[in-house]
Amino acid sequence: MNEKNIKVLIVDDFATMRKVVRNLLKQSGYEDIVEAEDGVMALKVLKSQKIDVVVSDWNMPNMTGLELLKAVRADADLAKTPFLMVTAEALQDNVVAAVKAGVNNYIVKPFTAEVLNEKIKKIMESINK
Amino acid sequence: MNVKFINPFLEGSISVLKTMAFVEPRAGKPYLKMDSLAKGDISGIIGLTGSATGSLALSFSESAILKIVSNMLGENITSINSDIKDAVGEITNMISGVARKNLEADGFYIQAAIPTIVYGKNHSITHVKGGPSLIIPFEIDEGTFVVDVCLTE
Repeated sequence: MNEKNIKVLIVDDFATMRKVVRNLLKQSGYEDIVEAEDGVMALKVLKSQKIDVVVSDWNMPNMTGLELLKAVRADADLAKTPFLMVTAEALQDNVVAAVKAGVNNYIVKPFTAEVLNEKIKKIMESINK
Repeated sequence: MNVKFINPFLEGSISVLKTMAFVEPRAGKPYLKMDSLAKGDISGIIGLTGSATGSLALSFSESAILKIVSNMLGENITSINSDIKDAVGEITNMISGVARKNLEADGFYIQAAIPTIVYGKNHSITHVKGGPSLIIPFEIDEGTFVVDVCLTE
């Protein structure tokens, strides 16, 4: 897997957190990164360009990360899009809900560039099997 | 305040800032603060409810937070701007998350509200419960910050 060829969509309502995640991805060699400030915007991006993996925050106004995940899985054209959920805490109920909704993996803040890269790699490897 | 509350917040602060901002905070000796005056130039405050109730504040000196957020974003920030305020909120959220996870091991199940940000020289921190708060002081090479927590069972 070459990180340079993977297009990542970061979804977070906080511009600063999008910058933080972008910075971590860049440290691991990712170059093709786009951003969306909420789930509604993310769906627009997903429908307008090919995204290899979504890295989405859980807590967002308008449309939560879980609602975005469900919307992606319910859309025939987007349903197979790899989805990594970012959460502030690994609450059992949240994890179960995300898994039920079809999340590929989740990551708990705080996380390092290495852990983020590892999670994305695992997702990409699992879908390419 | 239960001394069991000290370590989760101490460890949470070190873990979050080490992981996200690549700094090595050095903890000083905790002490009680009797007034509402913040120990830093910018603070993130978050309400906590559950098997213990109160609030957590993180107060950073300007020099410390500029270094921390510059590292987090990978760009040099020289004054307190919207990125800094957002980042203080996120840092407060994350430290609260790690501390609350650690507190679960001692049987405390605590939920957190949305953090608010206050800044300016000599600003005040109003804790939900009032009364003295526990200060855990930290320093990094560029400046200081404190965990200011007031939590009762």
